[in-house]
Amino acid sequence: MSETYTLYNSTVMDHFMHPRNMGDLKDADGVGEVGAAACGDIMKISLKIKDGKIEDARFKTFGCGSAIASSSMATELIKGRSIDEAMNFTNQEVVDALGGLPPVKIHCSVLAEEALKAALEDYIRKHPETASKLQTPVPAAA
Amino acid sequence: MRHVYLDHQAATPLLPEAFEAMKPFFTEWFGNPSSLHEHGLRVREALKRSREQMAALIHAGSPDEIFFTSDGTESANLAIKGVAYANERRGKHLVVCATEHPSVINSVEFLEKQGWTCTRVGVDAEGRLRLHELKEAITPQTVLVAVHHVNHDIGTIQPVAEVGRICSDKGVPLYVDCEASAGWLPIDVEAWGAALVSFSPHRFYGPKGVGVLYRNKKARLVSIIHGGVQEGGRRAGTENVPAIVGAGVAAEVARMDLDARIAHTRELQARLWDGLEKHVGFIKLNGPRPGPDRISTNLNISTEFIEGEGQLLLCDLNGIAVASGSSCVSKSLKISHVLAAIGLDHALAQGNIIMTLGRDTSVEDVDYVVQTFVRIVEKLRGMSPMWDEFQRGIIDSVIRPTGRGKSFSQHAADVSGKPAH
Repeated sequence: MSETYTLYNSTVMDHFMHPRNMGDLKDADGVGEVGAAACGDIMKISLKIKDGKIEDARFKTFGCGSAIASSSMATELIKGRSIDEAMNFTNQEVVDALGGLPPVKIHCSVLAEEALKAALEDYIRKHPETASKLQTPVPAAA
Repeated sequence: MRHVYLDHQAATPLLPEAFEAMKPFFTEWFGNPSSLHEHGLRVREALKRSREQMAALIHAGSPDEIFFTSDGTESANLAIKGVAYANERRGKHLVVCATEHPSVINSVEFLEKQGWTCTRVGVDAEGRLRLHELKEAITPQTVLVAVHHVNHDIGTIQPVAEVGRICSDKGVPLYVDCEASAGWLPIDVEAWGAALVSFSPHRFYGPKGVGVLYRNKKARLVSIIHGGVQEGGRRAGTENVPAIVGAGVAAEVARMDLDARIAHTRELQARLWDGLEKHVGFIKLNGPRPGPDRISTNLNISTEFIEGEGQLLLCDLNGIAVASGSSCVSKSLKISHVLAAIGLDHALAQGNIIMTLGRDTSVEDVDYVVQTFVRIVEKLRGMSPMWDEFQRGIIDSVIRPTGRGKSFSQHAADVSGKPAH
């Protein structure tokens, strides 16, 4: 294999080969696990939240290269964000930060968004007092 | 880094002697075989020689029964549609095996939209065609039975001789797709009683851009590409002369080397599977065990708790070229229809990798693949929530159930809100 001939661009390949924030968080404040019905991939994101801010994030993914890269990038992007900011996170941010994904792989970035939101919802369920302070309405529990 | 090419089912390197034989036909002997002068007649002679080499490879009665097309897909289209259209007034029913190649399945689907009907005969858990179902599927309206010799995905060798007997008893022509077997297994079209057989030389060290269709003289076949009267009027269009010449050489070498190729790949196949089975936990071989029911070149494996595309990418980054039937590598996001037909659990189909050996694969290559694959599996399992959840007893293994936890598929359905397809 040559560097020129890879299935994905160099950013995606880098996040696939050297995933950031891979693993679980001990005593996570919120955990979300979602699956893609379309392909069967499964993604899990764990969050550490302090004073309304995402202090740390970890992921584990059962899926293809772009699913692993998407979850790696999503956890990078959301660290340091407030719960409100994170609730407005979209998959497009992941796609842009990765320098684009093949059209058939966009759903991998959607899965990362869903996993993040599932983790946030888990946190809000456990800390109902935070819900009232949010500007973004909390979606119905998945 | 070592480079190990294990995708011989997709393409093989051209034999140097085939390449040499092709060269003059690009520049010096460039004539069109339909031309009536010296330039045309010289290349016509070369096509005749290649037809003889193809006929010898598959034990055809006459070189006149060999037609050249552009590739295996075109040969399959011509076989299915050409026979169906030729026999339209006799009946509009076809019988195919459920695990045929897409070039066969999609040709049949095209005909179904035009009023033909088709019965897809199922296979057992190892991909073997259910002969009694095939027998029952044939009706007085059946004009063609299509069965592959060897499965392109899982390497199952089909009982083609028995199918041939059933077809000749019922008086229905049999088309055998030999794409995955030609050059790697003996083929005897006469003994099988096959009406049509197709194969592609680029699978056995010939060039791309040429396909072969054998048609028994008695079988009715109409052209589906219209134009001149090349290839006995069965396939219009100027022949790809250099490729046909190279393909002939590849067929001749394949015929001479067949026993050595089988012996060599059989040994490596056993070594590779033994190594993987011993060193990678929770791994399953799809299709029959290495032996008389499986082609010697193919291994189709499912490694549990990880997905196939990630395995393919990491193999590639380590110099190992493989294929996968996982939904993630398919543009339709669907698992291989062959894996679905053998009833493989979706979780295992997701973790699928296909390795196909060749004549240049070595023992060192195989040992490198085993060592590397062990590390790849370890890395991906370290990232997989499923592996972790299996360790914690939340989900169970399909390959070696512990009795603890729910199934992967149930878990996937729970977290995605929908059952996996």
